[in-house]
Amino acid sequence: MTTSTSYPVLQVEHLTMHYTTRKGVVKAVEDVSFSLNKGEALGLVGESGCGKTSVALTILRLLPENAQFLGGHVYFFRDGSDEAHVRRALGKPVKILLNGREHQGRLLEVNRAQLVLETQLNGRSQQIKLGRSDITHLGVDLTALSDEEMRPIRWKGISMIFQAAMNSLNPVYKVGDQLIEAIQTHMPLSLPEARERVAQLFQLVGLDRQLMDRYPHEYSGGMKQRAVIAMALACDPDIIIADEPTTALDVIVQDKILREMRQIQKKLNMSMIYISHDIAVIAEVADRVGVMYAGSLVEFGPSEPIFKSPIHPYTKALMSAFPSIKGEKVKLTALPGEPPDLIKPPSGCRFHPRCPYATEICEREVPQFIEHKPNQYAACWNPLT
Amino acid sequence: MVALQTQTKTEILVRVENLRMLYPVATGVFARARSFIHAVDDISFDINRGEIFGLIGESGCGKTTTGKLLVRLITPTSGHIYMRVAQDPSTDSQGEQFVDIATLEGRALKAFRRNVQMIFQDPYESLNPRMTIFDIVSEPLSIHGIGSIYEREERVAELLSLVGLTPPESFLFRYPHELSGGQRQRVAIARAMILNPSFIVADEPTSMLDVSIRTGVMNLMLDLREEFGISYLYITHDLAVARYMCDRIAVMYLGKIVELGPTEEVIQNPLHPYTRALISAVPIPDPTVERQPIEIKGGVSKPIDPPPRCRFYERCPIATERCAHSDHPPLEDKGNGHFAACYEI
Ligand SMILES: Nc1ncnc2c1ncn2[C@@H]1O[C@H](COP(=O)(O)OP(=O)(O)OP(=O)(O)O)[C@@H](O)[C@H]1O
Ligand SMILES: Nc1ncnc2c1ncn2[C@@H]1O[C@H](COP(=O)(O)OP(=O)(O)O)[C@@H](O)[C@H]1O
Ligand code: SF4
Ligand code: SF4
Ligand SMILES: [Mg+2]
Ligand SMILES: [Mg+2]
Repeated sequence: MTTSTSYPVLQVEHLTMHYTTRKGVVKAVEDVSFSLNKGEALGLVGESGCGKTSVALTILRLLPENAQFLGGHVYFFRDGSDEAHVRRALGKPVKILLNGREHQGRLLEVNRAQLVLETQLNGRSQQIKLGRSDITHLGVDLTALSDEEMRPIRWKGISMIFQAAMNSLNPVYKVGDQLIEAIQTHMPLSLPEARERVAQLFQLVGLDRQLMDRYPHEYSGGMKQRAVIAMALACDPDIIIADEPTTALDVIVQDKILREMRQIQKKLNMSMIYISHDIAVIAEVADRVGVMYAGSLVEFGPSEPIFKSPIHPYTKALMSAFPSIKGEKVKLTALPGEPPDLIKPPSGCRFHPRCPYATEICEREVPQFIEHKPNQYAACWNPLT
Repeated sequence: MVALQTQTKTEILVRVENLRMLYPVATGVFARARSFIHAVDDISFDINRGEIFGLIGESGCGKTTTGKLLVRLITPTSGHIYMRVAQDPSTDSQGEQFVDIATLEGRALKAFRRNVQMIFQDPYESLNPRMTIFDIVSEPLSIHGIGSIYEREERVAELLSLVGLTPPESFLFRYPHELSGGQRQRVAIARAMILNPSFIVADEPTSMLDVSIRTGVMNLMLDLREEFGISYLYITHDLAVARYMCDRIAVMYLGKIVELGPTEEVIQNPLHPYTRALISAVPIPDPTVERQPIEIKGGVSKPIDPPPRCRFYERCPIATERCAHSDHPPLEDKGNGHFAACYEI
């Protein structure tokens, strides 16, 4: 939730990414924008293949070879006093928060007292000087970093729990050793120190430390998932992106793990992006929710209005197609048709062939993603009220 | 054959009695005694004509095994499965007989299979990739030698329209890989329906499908029940789906039915400590609802040679001394057709 004390840790703007395949170009991420605040849990929800994982991979720049990054910005914010962060921003597009105001431009110069920023004003470029002590937060555009510069961001800045990661634990190594190795690659720790760190992490995620010396096959699904979460927490990241972290688990285990993740997140005041196709899970974990359809973010806002008074017809359809064990039992409404093939998505609004509210313009023009109600954004020509 | 009271209102279509399925497991090279997984361990229940009976529980609790037993894809270790089946293909429901199908073999088994069908969880694996949609849907007709090629084509087209694959001509000669998950599951339903079965086992038929498609398939199955009075054994791990689909549900835990009753009654007023924990863990798609989860210890194990006491004993928050020393509790009627297997209710 956006409060006066909260500030962004991540701002994603107009992200676009396509995959080249033999059958054609898969338009997997199309002009996606959202922000993530400090300590916030953001839910990214949508059906299979709508681009959730692709958004995460684009943010982290962990894209496969056939991916084409086509544009957009990913501002990753840290405290203005973080020297390494300021250094890495030198020469890069940045956003600077200063006395509640946002300055955007290219960071030209950094010295002890001030930062020099090149900004555009009325089409003319100008330089402004900002006092360092006034700068609260500095965001650097990750899309402008080299692979080398990106590396330290990946574990310490933003770490990711990959979809089905629990199946990728190496069966021939003890789980503890796999974590120790991962930690030592990213932090300058001795073996005993790394071991101690893993023991702490095990405790944090509710695993007995004896389990460090066991092999993956001796773990249940829930235990493996806990180990994978521990690994993501290893370097104290600012942000964790968890891609379907509990999807393969039974409901009792899922519930325990989700609650533990939320507790850890609150305790460490971490920011989190939960990716899921399950809107019930999203309803439980997320402060704000982004709804994706066919490569686009169609709606974004605080959880309650997204569920109770959605603006976008797809969000509404999603909500009314989902059964619940609580509340009145109602006949669910099925959407006609199927999600489109992202190689040839429908023109205009990608939802128009299935949308009960579609009008003539929907087929022709892509609706802009704009704020329709306070803090509630949607891309729709005929927003619901 | 057994004689059963036939009532006009609720007519029992399937009666399961003391059904067990044990799978032998190798417990090591030097193991002297063989061990067994008690996949389905002495369960009994009835399914009425036109009823959707849900089987719910976490993975490995025995749902799929029960489903396969009921369509006799596998043969039970012991127990009975009485089912009303048409003895002669030409007779109508008047000519039905109540037969124990648990031990049928050979030709009798083949004849029985005409009456029941199973729909599987994974629409990507359950359809033969080298067969056209026409071949897949019409296969039960050719297996049982029913109809001419022309009649079969007509019937397949009829079924494809029924399950919403329209126009049928555009699907007949396509292959499964050309269809989406939802369309494939509709093909599986069409195939299951083609012999006019009175009973279908649907094993997690929508759990691989996305929400916007899943609802359509669920509504289709509800409509088919309305129109043709088919009964389903509807297997799911998703309680919200069970609530939407089922008239009554049975909750399984390690091969046992621990609770059984009208769906709404079981979900809103669970009696067994396992069901209570399970239901309290279900996420609610409403951010304003705060749940009060009931903690239970540990996780689900495999039912390999389980001790005779209550299967839930190790994890039960209300277990007593009596539970430790008694056999697994019987499934008892606690009123209004709501059954539970627990000494402490
Ligand atoms: N490496 C790749 N090459 C080509 N296409 C890809 C690749 N990865 C994903 N896609 C395609 O991009 C689209 C978005 O995929 P993505 O994995 O991001 O979806 P998702 O929302 O995470 O889905 P799920 O819920 O199934 O995980 C899909 O059409 C998918 O088939
Ligand atoms: N063919 C088999 N051989 C041995 N064990 C099996 C076999 N099929 C199932 N099981 C075991 O029987 C138990 C019940 O399985 P299953 O009926 O598939 O459960 P569910 O469908 O509820 O997930 C599990 O412990 C499973 O591992
Ligand atoms: S833009 Fe048009 S087609 Fe798209 S969601 Fe809005 S009303 Fe429907
Ligand atoms: S019989 Fe005893 S151990 Fe079993 S569920 Fe009831 S109270 Fe728990
Ligand atoms: Mg994904
Ligand atoms: Mg199963």
